Amino acid sequence: MEAKPKLLSILDGVSVVMLLIATGMVFFYAPVEAVMGLVQKVFYFHVAAGWVGMLSFLTAAIVGIILLRTGDRKWDIVGLASVELGLVFSFINVVTGSIWARPIWNTWWTWDPRLTTATIMILIYAAYLMLRSGIEDPDRRARFGAIYAILGFLSVPLTFFSARLFRGIHPVVIGSNQPGAEGQFDMTPLMLQTFFFSLITFTVIFVDLLWHRVRLGRLQDRVEQLKLKLNV
Amino acid sequence: MGGEVKIATSPSKAVIRKPTSFYLRTVWAIVWKDLAAELRSRELLTSMLVFALLVILIFNFALELDPRARFNAASGVLWVTFAFAGTLGLNRSMAMEKDRGCLDGLLLAPVDRSAIFFGKALSNLFFMLIVEAIVLPIYSLLYNINLFNPGLIAVVLLGSIGYVAVGTLLASMAVQTRTRDVLLPILLFPIVIPLFIAAVKASAGFLQSLEMSEIWPWLNLLIVYDLIFLAVAFMVFDYVVEE
Amino acid sequence: MIEVRGLVKRFGLKTVLKDLDFQVQAGEFVALLGPNGAGKTTFLRILASLSRPAMGEVRIAGYRLPQQAAAVRHILGVVSHQPLLYGDLTAEENLRFYGKMYGIGAPEKRIGEVLDLVGLSLRRRDLVRTFSRGMQQRLAIGRAVLHDPEVMLFDEPHTGLDQDASVMLDGVLREVAARGRTVVMTSHDLARAGDLASRFDVISRGKVVASVGRAEMPAAKLLDFYRASISIREDAARVSSEQPSSRIRM
Repeated sequence: MEAKPKLLSILDGVSVVMLLIATGMVFFYAPVEAVMGLVQKVFYFHVAAGWVGMLSFLTAAIVGIILLRTGDRKWDIVGLASVELGLVFSFINVVTGSIWARPIWNTWWTWDPRLTTATIMILIYAAYLMLRSGIEDPDRRARFGAIYAILGFLSVPLTFFSARLFRGIHPVVIGSNQPGAEGQFDMTPLMLQTFFFSLITFTVIFVDLLWHRVRLGRLQDRVEQLKLKLNV
Repeated sequence: MGGEVKIATSPSKAVIRKPTSFYLRTVWAIVWKDLAAELRSRELLTSMLVFALLVILIFNFALELDPRARFNAASGVLWVTFAFAGTLGLNRSMAMEKDRGCLDGLLLAPVDRSAIFFGKALSNLFFMLIVEAIVLPIYSLLYNINLFNPGLIAVVLLGSIGYVAVGTLLASMAVQTRTRDVLLPILLFPIVIPLFIAAVKASAGFLQSLEMSEIWPWLNLLIVYDLIFLAVAFMVFDYVVEE
Repeated sequence: MIEVRGLVKRFGLKTVLKDLDFQVQAGEFVALLGPNGAGKTTFLRILASLSRPAMGEVRIAGYRLPQQAAAVRHILGVVSHQPLLYGDLTAEENLRFYGKMYGIGAPEKRIGEVLDLVGLSLRRRDLVRTFSRGMQQRLAIGRAVLHDPEVMLFDEPHTGLDQDASVMLDGVLREVAARGRTVVMTSHDLARAGDLASRFDVISRGKVVASVGRAEMPAAKLLDFYRASISIREDAARVSSEQPSSRIRM
């Protein structure tokens, strides 16, 4: 039984501490937004979760390309881990978004491009999991998973683009101002610092969880291997 | 290897170095085979067609298509119909390859894997276009809308190409799974959504005779989608069929 | 003609073929015998270029697999469990289609020859769907010999055939072998294999464990030979699985 790597334990600690600090910053460091009030505080973790969701799906696609290139099945567990984490973070993203949208847009849900894209993205990766569960041969499962992760990730920007052409009321906080967006605001330096700290925190948490999940997958493999050895 | 006994006419060696014409002939052989089989059984086209007509019928009652709504909803109803009928055809066409192990037969032949992909994609495209060519005039007739618009036909073609490119790839994955009967639409629909939105908007644009400047973004999106997914499907098809 | 060294194939974590060695000379007819799950079909799929080895060297007529698969496919004819035929096409159309896939010149003449060989000339215009299992199997052989391959692989060709169909199939197989082709056939039907093959190899738990020529092996003794070869391997496996505890520390 391999011991838990020391670096991973350190990363666990760092993640917890950073999450505490980030929470503290959101509530006590960043000022309350003048128009929207307290509910705007959702924004920090909302965007951070969305970012990590995208990062995970990007990781899954890149790992998929590596897997197809090398044919090495060890990448499969990284791809699966990324997709699972991506789904969790995307879900956090959508739920926090809804909490914010209720008072600001006066609705839990609207068919805005980003919301639509986020939903479709979740559906794509749910389909990814269904595809995997239908395949017995581990090598084929790895290959098909990789291909679908690549296809899925390619379609996401196109979906976003088409949904945006279709209609849009989602605020664009970073970058250009967009006419017609509701709930737009300008960030003060303190807000900006909180925002970036949340982003980094969530990224660290992502790396930490990914590592844990990959390690779990490896151990699972090892158990299977030992079982096979006993059966032969 | 030495002196093995050669029997009968053995032309196979002569074509080991084969130019693009062999590639194209292989693609065409697969298309021809699918069309010949379909001409005989008519299973695939009949089921696609009947299903398409049923979908249109259901929409008629579900949306209570009065003349005005009918006009606005036409492109949406059409594309939903095509997408549903399309999955039916894709599933059947790949299941036929899996039935008696024919996919192995194709893979045993000394042909490029991408030729197999393009062959299957092309015959799927044919089936889809045939269904569309029958559904469009029927729809025109039933709802008294003129659908004979060169722009609309171009959109139907572009939309079908992208749909079939992704669909053929995913169908050849789906048939190799345990849940093959239900999996294809679940895999396919979320990925073709951008294509679908673009096709619906572009068709609506042509039907309502909007300015070309309003339609072009959608046409561009269709073209970009077709190119990206044809290229990717071409690149990854090897990994779908080879173990 | 066929050279396999140190072949390893895994399905996920399971090792199906373990360091398998196998040689066949041109013109030999080798019967691969072995119990279910021994890895016969997997091995044949690798030879057929349908599956990639994890490790080891596979050469057919000097070409390496999987790197030179295209060249190998030209000289390989494969008959699998399934007929690999399209039910909605006629016998003739099926052959014509595969003829195009192999780039055969003068296909009509060749199709006629092949249909004669497998005795289906009279049914050439009938749909394959309407064929009995035995007829489908014969056409499958016709499909496999269409491009006149130098090496032929048969995977359990007798499965699901009744007595008459089996006898007919044997006739076709003999005909094929008599024409100097190299043949590898998997089977668990010792009696049939005993009649046809010039060499018998026993595969067990992913390895070729024994090999004997027809000359040294009277047909009556084949069963004893087969049982003995398998039990050696079973014993070896039992011994090795009795002491894995030293490797597991929890």
